Amino acid sequence: MAQTHSNAEHHGHGHEHPDQEEMRTFAFWIYLMTDVILFATLFATYIVLQGNTDGGPGPKDIFQMNGIYASTFILLTSSFTSGLALLAMHKGNRLALMNWLWVTIFLGASFLFLEVNEFMHMVHEGATISTSAFLTAFYTLVGTHGLHVALGLGWMIILIIQIAKHGITPVTKRKVNIVSLFWHFLDIVWIFVFTIVYLLGVK
Amino acid sequence: MWDKAKEFASEFFVTGDPLIYGADVSIALTLIAIVSVLTYYKKWGWLWREWLTTVDHKRIGIMYILASVLMLFRGGVDALLMRAQLAMPELQFLPAEHYNQIFTTHGVIMILFMAMPLMFGLFNVIVPLQLGARDVAFPFLNSLSFWLFFSGAMLFNLSFVIGGSPDAGWLAYPPYSDKTFNPGYGQDFYIWGIQISGIGSLMTGINFIVTILKMRTPGMTLMKMPMFSWSVLSSCIAIVFAFPILTVTLALLFIDRYLGGHIFTLDGGGNPMMYINLIWMWGHPEVYILVLPAFGIFSEVAATFSKKKLFGYKSMVFAMMIISVVSFLTWAHHFFTMGSGADVNAFFALSTMVIAIPTGVKVFNWLFTMFRGKVTFETPMLWMIGIIPNFVIGGMTGVLLSVAPADFQYHNSYFLIAHFHQVIIAGVVFGFFAGLYYWWPKLFGFKLNERLGRLAFWLWNLGFYLCFMPQYALGLMGMTRRVYTYGWDKGWFEMNLVSTIGAVLMGAAFIVQVWDIAHSLKKMDREGTQDPWNARTLEWSIPSPAPFYNFATLPQVTHQDDWWEKKQRGWSAPAVELEPIHMPKNSGIPIIMSMFWFFSGFGLVFDWLWLAVPGFVGVLACMIVHSFNYKPDYYVPVEEVQRVEAAARRGSK
Amino acid sequence: MKTSKTARCLSVLYMFLLLFMTTGCADKYLVLNPKGPIGEQQKDLMILSTLLCLIVIVPVLILTFVIVWRYRDRKGRKAKYTPEWEHSTALETTWWGIPVVIITLIAIITVRYTYSLEPSKPLESKVEPITIQVTNLDWKWLFQYPEQGIATVNYVQFPEDVPIRFEITSDAPMNSFWIPQLGGQIYAMSGMAMVLHLQADEQGEYMGSGANYTGKGFADMYFTAKATSQEAFDQWVSEVKGTSAALTLDGYKKLAEQGTSDVRYFSSFPEGLFEMTVTKYAASHNHGLSVKARKEVRIEE
Repeated sequence: MAQTHSNAEHHGHGHEHPDQEEMRTFAFWIYLMTDVILFATLFATYIVLQGNTDGGPGPKDIFQMNGIYASTFILLTSSFTSGLALLAMHKGNRLALMNWLWVTIFLGASFLFLEVNEFMHMVHEGATISTSAFLTAFYTLVGTHGLHVALGLGWMIILIIQIAKHGITPVTKRKVNIVSLFWHFLDIVWIFVFTIVYLLGVK
Repeated sequence: MWDKAKEFASEFFVTGDPLIYGADVSIALTLIAIVSVLTYYKKWGWLWREWLTTVDHKRIGIMYILASVLMLFRGGVDALLMRAQLAMPELQFLPAEHYNQIFTTHGVIMILFMAMPLMFGLFNVIVPLQLGARDVAFPFLNSLSFWLFFSGAMLFNLSFVIGGSPDAGWLAYPPYSDKTFNPGYGQDFYIWGIQISGIGSLMTGINFIVTILKMRTPGMTLMKMPMFSWSVLSSCIAIVFAFPILTVTLALLFIDRYLGGHIFTLDGGGNPMMYINLIWMWGHPEVYILVLPAFGIFSEVAATFSKKKLFGYKSMVFAMMIISVVSFLTWAHHFFTMGSGADVNAFFALSTMVIAIPTGVKVFNWLFTMFRGKVTFETPMLWMIGIIPNFVIGGMTGVLLSVAPADFQYHNSYFLIAHFHQVIIAGVVFGFFAGLYYWWPKLFGFKLNERLGRLAFWLWNLGFYLCFMPQYALGLMGMTRRVYTYGWDKGWFEMNLVSTIGAVLMGAAFIVQVWDIAHSLKKMDREGTQDPWNARTLEWSIPSPAPFYNFATLPQVTHQDDWWEKKQRGWSAPAVELEPIHMPKNSGIPIIMSMFWFFSGFGLVFDWLWLAVPGFVGVLACMIVHSFNYKPDYYVPVEEVQRVEAAARRGSK
Repeated sequence: MKTSKTARCLSVLYMFLLLFMTTGCADKYLVLNPKGPIGEQQKDLMILSTLLCLIVIVPVLILTFVIVWRYRDRKGRKAKYTPEWEHSTALETTWWGIPVVIITLIAIITVRYTYSLEPSKPLESKVEPITIQVTNLDWKWLFQYPEQGIATVNYVQFPEDVPIRFEITSDAPMNSFWIPQLGGQIYAMSGMAMVLHLQADEQGEYMGSGANYTGKGFADMYFTAKATSQEAFDQWVSEVKGTSAALTLDGYKKLAEQGTSDVRYFSSFPEGLFEMTVTKYAASHNHGLSVKARKEVRIEE
């Protein structure tokens, strides 16, 4: 019967078990693609609506660039430290890996703190999400990025616990790889936010 | 206190309509019946272990199909109600508000909660079997996808009895769908129902891309892959690119409604036309997402029942890939009348017409698959042949609609309605029916009745032509879509009456199909279900229904249509030593997590943060729990494999 | 195959039924029975594109029938059976080629017509066009005649053989303005003044409708578009002027409230009401869609 076929000929191919960890990484790349489209849609919306201030405050009135420069610097640094975490992992240094992840988390949290501060300041000035189309688009775009950062932070904390529990295994390795991929991706998105929303906004 | 409760109830529950009270009662009775049967036969544990927590792609597929049949029933009843109201001029059967809700829910349910899950059901059941794989790439995620779809669908359907149904059309154009013009709960049910199930669809897209690219059995190169799997790949690529746009669009609409944002509003600098662009950037590819797998099914069926290789395999693959890419460049043909100017209209008219070319090529290839073949007319093949004229006419009216300046006369008329029903019913739904009849023995291990199948086929087709051909005429008479009634003076009576008769015939056809299933279930004809059609691809090489691990040993593929080739060579399976099989464990997390999604969605609809926030916390908690699970799989021992194989062979041979 | 035979007979029977119904009375087919130059050209285009499509469709349908019939599996069949035959470069090139040619033809025609029938393009005529401003309200149409100074609801009258410049906006959810026998529709959108040029070549009453769903009263948004002689039109204008009340700003606000309406006439309307309606929504934009609207409004000023 057919179901009992197969023979020795394919055992040499090593295809019997598709590599789970490799597949997960591959799937994560596809997920990142979908996230690219998600942000692209938000950017498109923002670009169309950025001039529609409805007589309310515009970019020049509310953006405080010093804070933005600082948070940009912090986020870029955190991308670097997540890279250092990866290096430590490849060297098999569990402690260094966990420490660099903690540094990354600290930097990411500082970035979020600055962002929340910025939003609170803007709301205080009367520039809320319901003030104008420009502001709705602004809060949605920047806020979505912030939400991603927050999720990334939680994810890293959970990962640190798992590394502490299991050590550096193929599974935790893949997880660290993916989270750092995610983190670099958020960095790239932020560069676009920084350029399109902030730099071009105050120009 | 009592007054307050009464006031709340009258706002919370939909009241004042006998139809809805009827639905309330029938829903309550069905629930009571289900619960008591399960309790009486002590089946709760079985249900939970075998179905609700399953990660087996075949069972998930069957649950998708079951859910979609239920939704087909609901959407079909909606359709019949509408046709009843339009059967004669100035009927008072449904008031305008009710009619508006019904056409909205009909559209949403048929596209998102009927066609999509039917498609995903077929993906799930068949793709891993065709690829010679033991499951999809991510079984846990697959189960989560299903339960997200199911929660979304339930949330959306709940609006019928609680809160009120949405009434802004299936794509909910603002400003009409904004809070100003649409303050009720229905629109929020719409947003969260689709949003939650949309996340599931997106994950299914990712899951199947990885499955197809990484899980094929040894020897099966991409160009030896069955055409249905190719069509699933092209469809999933389109899903991955299109669904994030839907997610963002609905989120923005919700921000407008819930937080007072101004993205799509009339005031505050909002731009409603943004929404129309965005929703169609998803909506147009969505149509091709649905129809591409149907193309795959036609290809499989045409080859199997002509006893001949599929003609022009490479052309077919190439054509599908072109379609999935170009479908992203045509969205503005849905609103030529927005006045975007001649340049824009000309561009989108041309890009739309371009899609007709690969589609036409596919039709020719199917024809020449039958050419010099040995064509037999079992039910699946009947559907396949019936679809060709149907789909060709639908495609032609599509080209007519794409002629931008003429579209100014077709747009928003019944001509358009007839066109898209023709491509969606005659292309997508009939295509999936062909697939269901074709793969039914493989899915369930028993055969359907051919006579009843044929009767259903003729009834559906007869009903279809009677229902929708007159609608083309109505469009040319100037009848616009979504009007709940019309006057005697318009001269639309006869055609509408014929159309309603056609709709009733299709309803009868559905009943025949249900009857067919019930009848065959009772008869349980298992004889020769392993390979009843003398088919060509790997799924027919294993017993029906397939064992839970699909393949006891992974097949080695050397040819396109490998199973057919093996049969031609008189190949018999050499006895091999079995090895323990690596399988995923069942998990209750997907269904629990989806329930939490349901609660958050429901909470946000009613602005109950006390429900929505714990809902989201629950979702996160489920993710964390799953993340800490380092043992999601196990090995099936050889003895069990032997036992299952022996039993399966007894069953289906 | 017993069932399929009876079914086939049935299908032939009701195809005749369909044919009979469709040939009933041609007047009902408003779109195919146009009374103005735009509708006329659109009808020509529809027929032309249908014929071009039929060049492929009809042979395909015949081919389907012939192939299915000829290659059906039965005892003593003489037709060839080639189970391995799966590719032919010549054949496949042919059927990539046929649709390419037909689609190219349709595409060329479409592009030409897209430019010549662009709704905002003025019609060629020796006669000065008449401007009518249309506002979509929930759920009625307001027509303002800036040159004549009158306004109407759910009824529009104009002289035959005179190009009409409809300027269309909305003070409610988006609708679509459609008089099938004169020509194609265009969306009525807030914050914009869409321009649609139409003309009636014959006197008569034509059905007009709102073609895009706007809610509860949407099905009541039909209006009559009446084309008369110039004299009758002038007489009608002076009649409306003499006998009807004026539309005040407050009156407009009342009219704009949700609800259906009978035909109404107004001897005058507030100065710049239409422009105000457009800019009410366009004012919140600094660029984008409003540029177009403003330009169009400015042309009027």
